[in-house]
Amino acid sequence: MKKNKLINWKPDRSRFPEMGADGKLNVDLDSQKYIKVWQGPNHPGVTGNMSLELTIGGDEVVEAKTHVGYLHRGFEKLFERRKYIQCFPTCIRMCVPEADSNEYCLATGTEELGGIEIPDMAKWLRMLALEMARLQALLRIVPGQGGTMGLGIGVQWGLYVRELILDRFEELTGGRIYHMYILPGGVRGLLPDGFAARMEDNLKKADQFVKDIQDLMYNNAVFKKRTKDVGYIDPSWVDKFGIVGPVARAAGVKRDVRLDYPYLHYDKLEFDYNIETGSDIYARSMVRLKDLKTTIDLIRQILAKMPEKGDIKALTPNVLHWEIPRGETYVKSESSRGEYGFYMVADGSEFPRRINLRGPSYTHAIPLLEKLLINANISDVSSIMVSLGTCPPEIER
Amino acid sequence: MKEIIENIKIRFKVSDVILQRQNITFMTTGKESAIPLITWLRDYEGFSHFVLFSTVDWNEDGFFQLTYLLNNPVKKVDLGIRTFILRKNAEMTSAHHLWEQVATYQREIKEMFGINFPGSPRVGESFLLEGWDDIPPMRREFDTKEYSEKTFFPRPGRESNDPATYMKSKLYPNEEK
Amino acid sequence: MVNKENEKDKFLAPENEVHTVIGPEGEEITVDPLKDYFCEAFPKVHEPKNKIVENFINWARAESLWVLGFGTGCGSIEIPPLLSPRYDAFRFGVAMRATPRQSSVIIISGYLSVKTLKRAIRSYEQMQNPKFVVALGSCTINGGMYWDSYNTINRLDHYMPVDVYVAGCMPRPEALLAGFDSLKKRIRAGRAEGANEYASNFKWYKANQKKIIKDWNMPDYNW
Repeated sequence: MKKNKLINWKPDRSRFPEMGADGKLNVDLDSQKYIKVWQGPNHPGVTGNMSLELTIGGDEVVEAKTHVGYLHRGFEKLFERRKYIQCFPTCIRMCVPEADSNEYCLATGTEELGGIEIPDMAKWLRMLALEMARLQALLRIVPGQGGTMGLGIGVQWGLYVRELILDRFEELTGGRIYHMYILPGGVRGLLPDGFAARMEDNLKKADQFVKDIQDLMYNNAVFKKRTKDVGYIDPSWVDKFGIVGPVARAAGVKRDVRLDYPYLHYDKLEFDYNIETGSDIYARSMVRLKDLKTTIDLIRQILAKMPEKGDIKALTPNVLHWEIPRGETYVKSESSRGEYGFYMVADGSEFPRRINLRGPSYTHAIPLLEKLLINANISDVSSIMVSLGTCPPEIER
Repeated sequence: MKEIIENIKIRFKVSDVILQRQNITFMTTGKESAIPLITWLRDYEGFSHFVLFSTVDWNEDGFFQLTYLLNNPVKKVDLGIRTFILRKNAEMTSAHHLWEQVATYQREIKEMFGINFPGSPRVGESFLLEGWDDIPPMRREFDTKEYSEKTFFPRPGRESNDPATYMKSKLYPNEEK
Repeated sequence: MVNKENEKDKFLAPENEVHTVIGPEGEEITVDPLKDYFCEAFPKVHEPKNKIVENFINWARAESLWVLGFGTGCGSIEIPPLLSPRYDAFRFGVAMRATPRQSSVIIISGYLSVKTLKRAIRSYEQMQNPKFVVALGSCTINGGMYWDSYNTINRLDHYMPVDVYVAGCMPRPEALLAGFDSLKKRIRAGRAEGANEYASNFKWYKANQKKIIKDWNMPDYNW
């Protein structure tokens, strides 16, 4: 019996370009072996508004370049024209899917430079808002990995549970997406009556979602075949490229800002790093699922350990005429995508001198993605991009 | 943290050391010793994670301040290195051979502030703006409100709700401006 | 040859210059992309024909609105909830399509930077008549929160003819459904004539667009 020839088929590499001496490929565009394709800003497989300029030979990508700038609003210039309290409505819109991390970092930096201490109850409420924001962002991203491969039903389930969490946000703060809840000095209001009971109902639905998505996606043979051993990141690249967040944890490196540099009351809660080795798309997706389980557990712990009453706002000078003395600082927090930080410089007047955002997508989307896409199949480009968790508004502010 | 600062002070000339919080420090050094200091920190002191490369424009004094932020993941400390360069014909040696993302930061700074980094890959290409022909927009002398009113068509009828002008018009309506 | 000092040709991409290619049988063909691959005619105004037929066709257009899925700004975070089971938009005939050739409504969700405006105009001009524009958020009305930014536009109706504005920052999905409802009423009454307005004031729109998009390397109308 003849052996099936297709089983031992290896791709023909003779027509691919060689690696040059400086680590760059010699691509000859006139030789009619390669075409240039723009996976542009209007594309259902691109997260947000970013475009990739791909050079393709056959079915595989030979070279990739990232183009950003479609969402550039000039935030850092706008901040120099507004007083410190007027920066808050503007800064929330820097990272649209998870708006509370921006507020928290700006408020903490302003308090540190201005020398204000916030009361205890305010810290617990800030932690609750941050964890709820992380929950609703993860409920959109975890099934999104299946959405790039055509598995759309998980996205609908995730969006339904996310709507329930946004209802809780509306009860607490008054808005669905942009909350304006965390202000310098504390928070804006206490929890309404019966909030904990309604939150527990919603968390039960989230538990059910976690069970369902494991059956639908993670135990799915097609999903495993398309995501295992695809988009592999070597653990030695973690320091070379500055990788943070779930992408680093999937490579086996323990990095989490909540545990390494504890802020607010995170040292009173019990949780641990969520590590996977394997460092391919499946491992990163698994780390995000474990993060989702951890977040549900943390919200339950916070609601149980929070005190009943307390001050929610410290005394600040008149915020419209607040002159902050000279100084600079760097505050960081952990968002669902990684280390999120603000570098702030004050010069003694009512207006900030410089506020610079350090987002995790800056390194993930430009140098790392361009390196990962070499020799990737063209149908995997979108999966790799979604698994790195890129969010274009925070790259170009 | 204190031993790291002592080790640095023995070898390099630093000034203006400020311990901002328990695990973050800022220090100033000269323009020529910034890159050697960062290379020594990466190779011998374990600061292997590069966080941010930022610029502040002090146009009253005539300087740009460049800040390199580094992080030591084992000892869990942050370190910020400041250098000052002149505003006129601003140029600085490139550090793209140390970490991969520094090249991207240098592209953005060249476009937004106009500081040149000779030798950095793809530094002359446009990064965020397309078809821009004015001065680099993040400099302090660029007035963004005036540019926006001149180029884009603003809708008439915008009122300002600044409390100072409102209260003044209420309490002292007959006073001259 | 292309003279780079010339204002018009300064931003011409290298693949759009006049050049020669070698055909499949070895012959040489001279190619001028901006004349050969693109049509140079301007859009025309189309009058409605017969009143009864037009009423019926307007009803058909109103009940099947296919939306181009181009999330241009902040407001695009409220579009996936619109398609989720809670605020179901499929029951109103609203579906998402990825390509402009098969859609009739473009939703401009939020602010537009200069780089995105160029691509949005390109997508709008590639849509087939009749086409409608729904503008979301206060950034399209008067510049919104970014009114003094050097990279975002202030008034959308100077660059594209807008049919419905939905105010808010962000507008809720219920507000967006109400916006679709008023768009349907407008179409049924025969007053949603955005494409004809664009064709009759074409020179004014083009002059506004070329004033802020400084590197114009496309044909004047992208068919």
